Amino acid sequence: MIRNPFLRRIAPQLIILGIVLGLNVLVFPDFFHVEMKNGRLFGNLIDVLNRGAPTALLCVGMTLVIATKGIDLSVGAVMAIAGATAASLVVDGNHWTVAVIGALSVGALCGMWNGFLVAFLRIQPIVATLVLMVAGRGIAQLITEGTILTFLDPGLIHLGAGTVKGVPTPVLIWLTLGLFVAYFVRRTALGMLIEAIGINEASSRLAGINSRVLLVCVYVVSGIGAAIAGIIVAADIQGADANNAGLWLELDAILAVVIGGNSLLGGRFSIVASLLGAMIIQSVNSLILLSGMPPEFNLIIKALLIIAILVIQSPKVAHLLYILRASAPQSHPKQLPPFKESKR
Amino acid sequence: MSIKSILLASAVALSPFAASAQDMTIGFSQIGSESGWRAAETTVTRQQAEERGITLKFADAQQKQENQISALRSFIAQGVDAILIAPVVATGWDGVLEEAQDADIPVILMDRMVDASEDLYLTAVTSDLVHEGEVAGQWLVDTQAGEDCRIVELQGTTGSSPAIDRKKGFENAIAGHDNLEIVRSQTGDFTRSQGKVVMESFLKAEGGENICALYAHNDDMAVGAIQAIKEAGLNPGDDIKIVAIDGVPDAHLAIANGEMNATIELTPNMAGPALDALMAYKTDGTVPPKWIQTESRLYTAADDNQAIYEEKKGLGY
Repeated sequence: MIRNPFLRRIAPQLIILGIVLGLNVLVFPDFFHVEMKNGRLFGNLIDVLNRGAPTALLCVGMTLVIATKGIDLSVGAVMAIAGATAASLVVDGNHWTVAVIGALSVGALCGMWNGFLVAFLRIQPIVATLVLMVAGRGIAQLITEGTILTFLDPGLIHLGAGTVKGVPTPVLIWLTLGLFVAYFVRRTALGMLIEAIGINEASSRLAGINSRVLLVCVYVVSGIGAAIAGIIVAADIQGADANNAGLWLELDAILAVVIGGNSLLGGRFSIVASLLGAMIIQSVNSLILLSGMPPEFNLIIKALLIIAILVIQSPKVAHLLYILRASAPQSHPKQLPPFKESKR
Repeated sequence: MSIKSILLASAVALSPFAASAQDMTIGFSQIGSESGWRAAETTVTRQQAEERGITLKFADAQQKQENQISALRSFIAQGVDAILIAPVVATGWDGVLEEAQDADIPVILMDRMVDASEDLYLTAVTSDLVHEGEVAGQWLVDTQAGEDCRIVELQGTTGSSPAIDRKKGFENAIAGHDNLEIVRSQTGDFTRSQGKVVMESFLKAEGGENICALYAHNDDMAVGAIQAIKEAGLNPGDDIKIVAIDGVPDAHLAIANGEMNATIELTPNMAGPALDALMAYKTDGTVPPKWIQTESRLYTAADDNQAIYEEKKGLGY
């Protein structure tokens, strides 16, 4: 057995990721081949890391929000708003750093709005964030005036389509942010406080945790993550597409958190496992594209793979595996504990 | 269309009735602002009406049929001379179209058809999606002139009628040309970002040097794919030929820059042919055919794409 508790926590995700990547190699033997082309790393594995960036960025904040027993449905729409903000700022002649700061502020503001509704007005998170999910795309369309707002600013484009020493910038951005937040919440008491709110908010408040401020904070982190994802997606295509940027991506982010083994009922969480979940989803997408199957099969393949992943992770199956292992006579000859019913 | 406009011009010159066209009022019920193309269609419709001295009453339905029906009823109540409508859905129009017929107001459908009796409307002006695909395929057949070509295809949203018809048309055109083969076909959801993502996987799965041409069901996906091709160190338009459909401004710009080879225009000018047919009908009673097909014009590097880009940019795409 694995001794290190951290490795044990993310072991299922690592194994599933390995299996899905293995399937990729089956349909496309050169999958792991990476080469330098035109000054950038070029290969399917790089694509998985690069294309998984928006989901990975969203699932960092989403993991924290879900750990507080919340959910953030607005992240896809916030991506569209942030992308539109950044694009319109550079189109108006501002420096790209101004555009990035503007977009991040808008993302933080959106998060603050969600946090306010949840923490102070006590609206259920799924409803509170639904408001911005519906309205957000309309706000983004107002900013872009309904068109795809294109820009040619090299600084902004670099964030989505550029490379640093051959590595695509989005990969560096999500790795940095994801690992920083993961490290930060575990090296301070913050992670534990967030878990406490998710397990029982009332008692955590009685224990002296300022739950309202913390709740607002996790939604702000989620909003900022969404804003970064929105900037990357817009920069990637050199235009802000208010209708399609981040469409349905909130669901992918929630799925990544779930594949990461985090409970939607809040409590214990692992950001690294969620990030692995995002990479698993992207590997499934890559598998679909490389398989060369007609597009009518896309959603069916994706659904079958995801149901398989979730079934493997489900508590019942985990329990069955445990029983099987425990009842194997040669390794553990000890008796099973008696059923609860027999005590009556 | 040109013969029709000459006839119309002579009718305007000769007939005393022609004066009536000057103070004609027509109602236009637009679906809403669902895409850049639709915004351009609205702009062009206003321009076309203005050129002919027609007063246009405009109603935006915000993607709702009940808004369109109430707009039509209000047009009928105001006693307009004709109604143009871009129907948001195909069904449920019989009642309000009958009301228009009872009031003797001709109705012209633009861009989309309805499931109603043909007697209830004067004519429908739409483009032929299958034909658009055929023009794209024929362009590639002509360009390749017998040379072998492995084609990758970016489909529209799976199951949507433009995706089905544009695919069918392209396949019709390349059928029988054994040198042309579609080696990969995947959906890019009509969006730039998906076009880019899917093209990236095509480039890896097939190897960039083994792909000779890209056919995209719309220009946006092609524009995304161009970026993917550039990032792979290849020259779009040269190493990989690119043909797509719609004729949006950015596609003309890409052709002007030599990064794309051809686009087939889905003209936003549905109102021009519609108004020509209407005025011929009003002035000398010429009953138009039930379907007027708009031209699916092919634009290549031979056209002045920079000028077209500047011109189209202002239409609200």
